[in-house]
Amino acid sequence: MTDAPGDRPGRTSGPRQEEEATGMSKEQIGRFLARQGILIAFVLFIIGFTLANNRFLAPDNIMGVIRSSAILGVMALGVTFVVISGNLDLSVGSMMSFSAIVVLDLHDAIGPGLAIPAMFAMTLALGAFNGFLVGYLKLNSLIVTLGMLSAIHGLTLTYSGGKNMDIADKEGTWFGVFGQGTILGIPVPILIFALLAAILGTVLAKTPFGRKVYAVGGNGVAATFSGIRRARVVFFCYLMSSLCVATAGLMQASRSLGSQNTVGQGLELEVLAAIILGGASLMGGSGTIFKTVIGVLILGFIQNGLLLVGLQFYVQYVVTWIIIILAVWLDIAAKRGRLLSAIA
Amino acid sequence: MTEKPPVLRLENIVKTFPGVRALDGVSFSVLPGEVHALMGENGAGKSTLMKVIGGIYQPNEGRIFVDEKPVVMATPLESKAKGIVFIHQELSLAEELSVAENIYLGELPRKSFGRVDWATLYARTNEILGKLNVGFDARTRVGELSIANQQMVEIARALTQKAKAVIFDEPTASLTDAEKVVLFDVIADLTANGVGVVYISHRMEEIFKMTDRISVLRDGQYRGTLVTAETDQDEITQLMIGRSLDLTRNDRHSELGDVALEVRGLSCGHFYRDVSFEVRRGEVVGFYGLVGAGRTEIAETLFGLREPSAGTILLDGKKVRIHSPADAIAHGISLVPEDRKTQGLVLGMNCRDNMTLPQIDDLTAGPFVAEGAEVAIFDQYRDRLDIRTPSWRQIVGNLSGGNQQKIVIGKWLSMHPTVLIVDEPTRGIDVGSKSEIHNLIRDLAAHGYAVIVISSEMPEVLHVSDRIIAMYHGEMIRTFTSDEVTEDNLIQAISGDARDGAMAAAAQGA
Amino acid sequence: MAPGTLSKFLKGGAIWGFIVLELIFFSVAGEFLSLSDKAFMDFDNMLLLFKQSAPIGIVAIGMTIIMINGNIDLSVGATFALCGIVLLDSMSWPIFAGLGNWVIPVAWALALLTGILLGALNGLIVWKTGVDAFIVTLGSMLGYRGLVFMYNGEQPTSHLNWTLVDFAEAQFFGLHTPTWFLIVVTAALWYLMNRTVHGRNAFAIGDNREAAINAGIRVGPHMMINFMIIGFLAALSAVVFYSESGSVNPNDGQLYELWAITAVVLGGTKLSGGSGSILATFGGVVAIQLLRKGLGHIGAGTETVNLVIGLILIAVLFLDRQLNIKGKEALRV
Repeated sequence: MTDAPGDRPGRTSGPRQEEEATGMSKEQIGRFLARQGILIAFVLFIIGFTLANNRFLAPDNIMGVIRSSAILGVMALGVTFVVISGNLDLSVGSMMSFSAIVVLDLHDAIGPGLAIPAMFAMTLALGAFNGFLVGYLKLNSLIVTLGMLSAIHGLTLTYSGGKNMDIADKEGTWFGVFGQGTILGIPVPILIFALLAAILGTVLAKTPFGRKVYAVGGNGVAATFSGIRRARVVFFCYLMSSLCVATAGLMQASRSLGSQNTVGQGLELEVLAAIILGGASLMGGSGTIFKTVIGVLILGFIQNGLLLVGLQFYVQYVVTWIIIILAVWLDIAAKRGRLLSAIA
Repeated sequence: MTEKPPVLRLENIVKTFPGVRALDGVSFSVLPGEVHALMGENGAGKSTLMKVIGGIYQPNEGRIFVDEKPVVMATPLESKAKGIVFIHQELSLAEELSVAENIYLGELPRKSFGRVDWATLYARTNEILGKLNVGFDARTRVGELSIANQQMVEIARALTQKAKAVIFDEPTASLTDAEKVVLFDVIADLTANGVGVVYISHRMEEIFKMTDRISVLRDGQYRGTLVTAETDQDEITQLMIGRSLDLTRNDRHSELGDVALEVRGLSCGHFYRDVSFEVRRGEVVGFYGLVGAGRTEIAETLFGLREPSAGTILLDGKKVRIHSPADAIAHGISLVPEDRKTQGLVLGMNCRDNMTLPQIDDLTAGPFVAEGAEVAIFDQYRDRLDIRTPSWRQIVGNLSGGNQQKIVIGKWLSMHPTVLIVDEPTRGIDVGSKSEIHNLIRDLAAHGYAVIVISSEMPEVLHVSDRIIAMYHGEMIRTFTSDEVTEDNLIQAISGDARDGAMAAAAQGA
Repeated sequence: MAPGTLSKFLKGGAIWGFIVLELIFFSVAGEFLSLSDKAFMDFDNMLLLFKQSAPIGIVAIGMTIIMINGNIDLSVGATFALCGIVLLDSMSWPIFAGLGNWVIPVAWALALLTGILLGALNGLIVWKTGVDAFIVTLGSMLGYRGLVFMYNGEQPTSHLNWTLVDFAEAQFFGLHTPTWFLIVVTAALWYLMNRTVHGRNAFAIGDNREAAINAGIRVGPHMMINFMIIGFLAALSAVVFYSESGSVNPNDGQLYELWAITAVVLGGTKLSGGSGSILATFGGVVAIQLLRKGLGHIGAGTETVNLVIGLILIAVLFLDRQLNIKGKEALRV
């Protein structure tokens, strides 16, 4: 009944968005910066660090960065599904600790060949529980996964009795291949990350399921009115998340053939940071696997670059903070068509 | 009346957006003590004009006068400070706070150290509420009030603000008849005190009953001001759309086929009771009634969004159980929902993806979406429905209302349903698209679809339907064929014998 | 108006009912399972419980007003640690060497000021950039933690002042110093939220932001004030805690935000803002601490506490939804 501005061509939401954009060129510059801003920042970073330390762009250094980002990256791939569907998953950190501890314990008990599928099954069960609560019972995902963060941490401690887990015979197992091995000179963690990114990127961009994830996150009610079983889509997003977490747990356990109970602590928020850096909206409906990979790599290169110029690892926290705020702020400002005034 | 200077006057307001001239030299004035209707189709610029007055948009050209003094409304606050008060269609209340806190929102009386002066607050509020003669107290939590009473809280707020002009935007959209009476009394009170009232509405009967003058906008241009007592509906319509709208009764009869949908004794809680009807292939059945008569809920039940408490649904003579929209779609039922933006479309997605959403599982090549097939479907329905968009990549949120609605209709036509339900198919879209959609509905019936049309607009129902089912308070009152229906007996049926009782009930609730 | 009254009553009183249930359960179960002979509801035990609740409780009370306002603050743990470092480190700064024990109020003031500043920074960013508080404080959670590490590397920061320790462990009228802090904070914030214009406006902003803006309430400053308050309270929590313990580990306070949010949600405050209760959060804090102690009392390991609290949080959410559900009238979307 109302003639809202959205009823007319060329205008989207937000009452004030157009008023300051007096010329198309300014607006276009703003749009361009908004869309490509994070890539531009990434390139600037790389140039800066390369000038500061010529080792930065050395192939082995790049390989090292991707390798050390791989675990976080694999987790971020799964959480990307959850975020695009309009939810959060804060439980991935403690879930990763759980999978690492479980697979290490079972390794000595039943051997790696059985331990890995058993661990995957248990982790997927946790993801299914998340998905059941958020998808089918429609509970708030922030609180549910916050509760699961705590509950899974408790579960891990109960399982391990609070002790670190180590493989008894570190020499005589092939289990280290997932974290330490190389194929054709490329570290296996990188291959896993790349392979999963390619598969999940295709799933999200090219399959009916991926389309439904965007629809559910963009407008869950309209998706339901289009016959999409929203609960099921959300459920599978959480399953996807736990699948990636199990893979990350496997890589983590395999890398050091031992693990602490808190190895994944805090990763849930770093994962979100990477996804946000990639430009996904926490409101759902937007984001891509490619963007998430970029976000993960930015985090990794910042950390590496700061180390190379001689700063401590924790400086990256401060830098990440500033970059996240700037990235999201510029994104918001550009969408309002006010980027230039925001910068000025 | 015309001797007094206007409380609010706009002069040659121009507001442009990139590529659009939303307001093109609009002039408009409100005299003290008059009710001035502002009319125009959706997209004619009413909202933009209101946003200019409300300080949300700045005009590119033109001037605004309050009491004949030029003013600049740079923010909503400045507009409010100058005595311009809005009663919005969407209520802007904080439900967890008390009535008093809402009425004095942002202006709570203070004691020292920023403490709230509760005694003063409640005393002042109860004084105002007393004037309005409402049945609730200053301490009542707003969330506990009915929609109509919440609107009264907004009006009470307007009364505290020494308003010079009060702007009502579709105020009766969610009110019962009894509540409307109270609202009209309040408006009469305001005008008696010399306040100018701007009244935005699509409802002709209200316009003729309530207003003194009528200004019309079309395509962002000012089309003239009429004195209500000296004009008629045709003249207004002509100004609004530039031609008379020909919405005559449907006299075309399609070939009727077999019964596609049969409903027996369907009930759903307090929404509707014991509803039985059938729809044949090639037939358009209209559901007419007031908001809240249970029509939308019937559609929602048929589409699997509500669980019926009793009754059976038969499709092609076979009893079916529908527990979800996915079930409904599998049975060949489609629903073009009432609210396009929240139910019909994923506004952030592109046209093609929206259109193929219900059948995305079937449009595959191996495990992947067959994008070529998608584009083909989009192209087919873009041409058939004359959807105007530069490409399928266009984000749906950027289309006009009429084109958005066509995307929703295309989405469901491409599913080749047996039964197509359209709920308020032309709500909020321009007249041109309206008649296209009406023709389309007739055309679909001619092609053998069984169509159910739910509408609150009588001309629309009369125009498209072969049969009309009148509903009142969840009950089917009568079924008319297109031969026997007249505007009079239709109105009687939807308000009918039970009307007086309902009025009393509503008055008690208020 | 009848619907909702029952659920409102249940929700309002639920946390206290839950506490009573815990007391009964652990008292009875303790009779059979307890390793010690002491009764669970022993008076000293309860006093200790309040004392131990204080650091997290003070933060949770602050989190309540942030969430009523429609925001969230994930950075309280890092703020807590950073303020703790300022508190302890400043006591050994050479410029304060001549102050003797007067260094204590100075150190407190510095720590509290740090908290206010960190909170103000969060608030300012939320206000001026329009970025969601979840993202802003997620960022500053990392950033403030980085500052913590930059201060002293990975080494703990320690300074024991026995006067301070004595004060922190003292009892006035039977209650420990930290307990008094918690009580005063609870009372003050209850008054702030329910009796002052700022508090009522904060409710209005969380409830219907658009309406608040249209009514001329300046959303940004109110949010900034609330962030300053929670920064202050995180610092106060650090003051209470580190006065006694005397040593800050750079990882201290991790998961603090999660515990605080858990307590707030247990107390029934909505995530979406606009509704919530300071007193119920107090109840939530007590309930969590009771659970910790109770599980210890009946011999369950500390590791089960996380498990149980996580599941209770989810159960509370589920019950809340069941109480609010409109049954079959709701659309299945």
